[in-house]
Amino acid sequence: MSYVLDNLKYTESHEWIEKLDNGNVRIGITEHAQSALGDIVFVELPEEDSYATGDECGVVESVKTASDIYTPIAGTIVAVNDALEDAPELINESPYDDGWIFEMEVDNADDLDDLLTAEEYRNSITEDED
Amino acid sequence: MSMNKTCLHQAHIDAGAKMVDFGGWDMPINYGSQIEEHHAVRKDKGMFDVSHMTVIDLSGNESEKFLLKLLANDVRKLIDGKALYSTMLNNNGGIIDDLIVYKRSTNNYRIVVNAATREKDLAWFDQQITDFDAEFTEMPQLAMIAVQGPKAIAACLEVLPEDISQQLSELKKFCAIDAEDYFIGRTGYTGEDGVEILISEDNATNLWNKLLKAEVKPCGLGARDTLRLEAGMHLYGQDMNDDISPLECGLAWTVRKEDVDFNGAEAMNQLRQNGITKKMTGVVLTTRGILRHDQQLVDENGLTGIITSGSFSPSTEVAIAMAIVDKNFGSEVKVQIRKKELPVKLVKLPFVRNGVSNI
Repeated sequence: MSYVLDNLKYTESHEWIEKLDNGNVRIGITEHAQSALGDIVFVELPEEDSYATGDECGVVESVKTASDIYTPIAGTIVAVNDALEDAPELINESPYDDGWIFEMEVDNADDLDDLLTAEEYRNSITEDED
Repeated sequence: MSMNKTCLHQAHIDAGAKMVDFGGWDMPINYGSQIEEHHAVRKDKGMFDVSHMTVIDLSGNESEKFLLKLLANDVRKLIDGKALYSTMLNNNGGIIDDLIVYKRSTNNYRIVVNAATREKDLAWFDQQITDFDAEFTEMPQLAMIAVQGPKAIAACLEVLPEDISQQLSELKKFCAIDAEDYFIGRTGYTGEDGVEILISEDNATNLWNKLLKAEVKPCGLGARDTLRLEAGMHLYGQDMNDDISPLECGLAWTVRKEDVDFNGAEAMNQLRQNGITKKMTGVVLTTRGILRHDQQLVDENGLTGIITSGSFSPSTEVAIAMAIVDKNFGSEVKVQIRKKELPVKLVKLPFVRNGVSNI
């Protein structure tokens, strides 16, 4: 069963967004997304650069398929999770924690309000399953 | 349209399978981790429900004659109880399907073809058989369980009835036991030892459960694909299709040379005369990344190729692929992956056989 954490924001494309204390956001893919992909074997990490909302910035590849990662919000990528280079399976094992993918400095903090709440994301994946 | 289900469907759900649409069949892609399932088959034992595959029984006085026309390989090589892999060609020399044919007795054969090509194959059989005193029957009431891995045979010996076990203990590779309730070929699609068991739908769940008790790991079609790719075995629709000649995709060994009286023979001769321009090769990515179907290859002289099947190889922990490339392809080859050109190494197939890596 998919689990969705209440304290995070989400996108339709299955990224989660966590607000950090310094005002930046941390981003990964949801438990639901990793489960659909299956065993993850390669992550093409984003370049540290500025992006618009919804830009393709990286790729997560499972044995089965390749899936793009999108920036959920406009801003600058300031950090990436290098541990995924040697251990891409962290996304399967710990999607909301050790399996985070990148951090962004957000252009406009108000944009965060446009993201899905946990409740809204939960509903969107239930519809997928029906 | 509702999806087809095999008689083991509930067993898959009970085992926690993630089900996917596989050519109209609701089939298990994995039961948790396809990598773990892959390793189970390479190192121990696993089983696959392949009941979606199409089984065709052929009989009649001219069955052999019909197969000589229908198939590129030579069924006259077969003695009773022996299996043969063959391509089935159209008149242009393209591959309609690949299949296994078992000779049960004189003019009595059992053929297993792919599920995805079922309708096309049956239509072709129908069309081709008219000139022969032979008839074929589809056998949808048969389930098929592939038990594969270095310890697969031992597990089967444990669970099968004594008389069948006795026969299995003496069964040679690529031969079959043809008993009333069990048809068991020592064949497979993983590069490991093992069997493919044809059994009535009524008895299939019972056998599956006995194999589960003998600690045979249920494996999904995801693991089946990485196993066959490591073993350098072709997948219909990717590594071959209606427009690809067996001579240009590494399947020349399935085509007999000495006679011309089979479908596609003329096209084969023509191609040999005009010159074969492509070949199948193994490809290994030497940096991080994953090789995939349809990625382009280019060599130092600008000659090109295309990846037909690619994935991460759990046994070697690198990305591997099968590719159709120019016959004169060079050695300094790059693959285009999204916006990057990455270096690859060309290797002979298979990548892995009987648990041992060749790369």
